[in-house]
Amino acid sequence: MTAVDPRRRPGAAHRAAADSEPLARTYVITQGRSGAGPRRRFDLVTLILAAAGAADRAVPGLMPEHRAILALCRRPLSVAEIAAHLRLPFSAAVVLVGDLVDAGLAAERRPARAAAVDPALLREVINGLQRL
Amino acid sequence: MASNGSEPPPALATTTASALKVAVVGPVGVGKTTLVTSVSEIKPLTTEEYMSSDADRAQARGVDKHSTTVAMDFGRISLSDRLVLYLFGTPGQERFWFLWDGLVTGALGAVVLVDVRRLAESFDVLERLEKRGVAFMVAVNRFPDAPVHPLPELRAALDLPGAVPIVYCDARDRDSCREVLLTLARYLLVLAEPEPEPEPEPEPEPEREAEPEAAV
Repeated sequence: MTAVDPRRRPGAAHRAAADSEPLARTYVITQGRSGAGPRRRFDLVTLILAAAGAADRAVPGLMPEHRAILALCRRPLSVAEIAAHLRLPFSAAVVLVGDLVDAGLAAERRPARAAAVDPALLREVINGLQRL
Repeated sequence: MASNGSEPPPALATTTASALKVAVVGPVGVGKTTLVTSVSEIKPLTTEEYMSSDADRAQARGVDKHSTTVAMDFGRISLSDRLVLYLFGTPGQERFWFLWDGLVTGALGAVVLVDVRRLAESFDVLERLEKRGVAFMVAVNRFPDAPVHPLPELRAALDLPGAVPIVYCDARDRDSCREVLLTLARYLLVLAEPEPEPEPEPEPEPEREAEPEAAV
């Protein structure tokens, strides 16, 4: 595997990690599990909602990152936003969110399927944009 | 850019049932993040992902000193109390295409943002979207110092099929960016609508704004 040459384009869109610390942190948090893969469990915009009271309950076995996610998801929040707020790569956030959903501490609301070909939904999009 | 500075982002309505996403694709510096910032109700966020092979290496060995991440800036628009739209700015170069699998799958469509001075940089992106069957439109970011070409010429230069909308926009201007998204949504509606309207109900005709739209 060839690593991308960090000299090629020092733009804002990507950056070479200055050191391995963030990756090490991610590895510890996810216990080596990777949410990356051909079939991801959550979409970037799957909405996550903490179960009632889950954010305030002392649930044993949760890591601080899990609790942070529950606190963020008192209202629905996309997995992409969760990852951004926690400063975690998306694939790592997927793992943690999956833990919470598996434990019944959070629920997922999946993105609208086949949205691009649903006229009713598209009209809703148009109306919403017109109201902006 | 604009946005709400350090204010906490407004939470989504509890009733928000599902989310949609649109990809904003183009080369570095074409104005993707600017466009997202202009229409987003939250200060744009950044989500990062490892370059394709890095995630596997991370899993296999824990730490890799040469790990590289790629970032996508994104924003959000609440369309109603049950629907929210996310906009992801993503780089167009081929080595970032692994990102697209997660982004483009299930996306409404894509806005290809181009700079008339660097049209060729968008050729690959257009081809990629066509191959993946993703509905897209082209928005030409009107840079103050860039020459203005007639849209039909740009359409020809980009070899766009006749139905694909192409518009000028100002990525810094909220109304202009909103109009781009409306153009995309209306185009998708045309594509989604079966030839003979099967619904007997009278369809509310969306008023069209006078934006220099697809010159056909």
